[in-house]
Amino acid sequence: MEDTAPPPFPFANPAPLQPPTEWAQLRQRCPVATVTLPSGDPTMLVTRHADVKQVLSDPRFPRSAADAARLSDTATGGLFNSEMSRTLPQHGEEHQRWRRLISKWFTVKRIRALQPRIEAMADRLIDDMTATGAPADLKASFAFPLPVWVICDMLGVPDSERDKFSYWSDTMLSLTRCTEEEMRVAAGEFLAYMRGHVAAKRAHPGDDLLSDLIQGGGLTDDVLVYTGQGLLVAGHETTANMIGKMIAMLLAEPARWADLCADPSLVPTAVEEALRFDAHPGLGMTRYLTEELTVAGRRLPAGTSVMCSMGAANRDEAVYPDAERMDLTRTPNAHLAFGSGPHSCVGQALARTELQVALQVLLRRLPSLRLAVPPATLEPLDGLVVGGLREVPVHW
Amino acid sequence: MKVFVDQDKCVAAGSCVTAAEDVFDQREEDGVVVLLNPNPPAALANAVREAAAVCPAMAIELHE
Repeated sequence: MEDTAPPPFPFANPAPLQPPTEWAQLRQRCPVATVTLPSGDPTMLVTRHADVKQVLSDPRFPRSAADAARLSDTATGGLFNSEMSRTLPQHGEEHQRWRRLISKWFTVKRIRALQPRIEAMADRLIDDMTATGAPADLKASFAFPLPVWVICDMLGVPDSERDKFSYWSDTMLSLTRCTEEEMRVAAGEFLAYMRGHVAAKRAHPGDDLLSDLIQGGGLTDDVLVYTGQGLLVAGHETTANMIGKMIAMLLAEPARWADLCADPSLVPTAVEEALRFDAHPGLGMTRYLTEELTVAGRRLPAGTSVMCSMGAANRDEAVYPDAERMDLTRTPNAHLAFGSGPHSCVGQALARTELQVALQVLLRRLPSLRLAVPPATLEPLDGLVVGGLREVPVHW
Repeated sequence: MKVFVDQDKCVAAGSCVTAAEDVFDQREEDGVVVLLNPNPPAALANAVREAAAVCPAMAIELHE
């Protein structure tokens, strides 16, 4: 056991695109470590690939519990302890049933059918950005709007409401720019809009996810409304930040961008490698042990809260040869960016496609793309749950 | 090579379809894996191994 006070978590990045030094130290010396969450609560941090995978994929353990460690005392910590998580099935067979109603909309076939529309949205955003001229913030003009447009499309929300969705989503999850009051108001406005939207879809069903869930029957309006909130919260900031980080990583070493321009068939493996190599993955995923579990030879009693660092696990030398090198051709690439097991990201086929389309369109439209600032000056977001860069200034 | 899938464990990520679409498909109603070919030819062996390696539910088992 540790003699000193457990270190604060999450750890700091020594440079904008470099992982915390603690990741490698803990994987080598202390694969199950006590750390202190921003709330002040202690938790057990797991950093090796095999251990993270073991804990995340064990169907016995829920993501949270009444006496589990709290992430933070802020409203964002609160969102995951909110009406949404009380309304949507969180665990076991009921969760699997609900998840399978949703997963119909995220099959590879469905997402492939959606791909031309995503591409058209990406092209339009690039039209607008280039019309304004260089330099531009690729995050604000491209990475941030693209996923919210896609979610609006899936939920059958008209194009004219996209800006409102974008604002609500940003405010609900932002820790740095908005007050708790602003976050509360945004969540209230969003839920009121979604209630009206669900009622409208009941009256006039369309070809969208909500209409389909309504016609399938059996779901209450509350579940439908919070399913919409869940998809927005899970699918917007995560993808937006990942597009920004991916492009920053690729431009930070111009040879990477040149390789992709020369051979765009590398896009799918480059996207997986960017997901693996992400040095700002956010907090990680939690599990609450409802019974004793042995992890890396250490017995953890029932009642322990475990934090799984997918970012640390994704650089585990035991799984990835030359783990600290970004290899755009790496295959297979069984990274844990989308988690593992029964709670792994339901929208991962969509997220992959959005990342691939974003990269393909940028390579096609702006092959001369480059960072407008030195990589060392890219600023991280102070968010807790979703990690990313504040801006990605670019020239072309 | 013989392929087994566990539809109960499957989380409908679709990674297997992306890796080897001649061997794996997804049910239209919920995205759960459908095994198209339990005895894939040697030419597809690498793609099937990749599918098993990247499955986030560890729902694909290979006997070689």
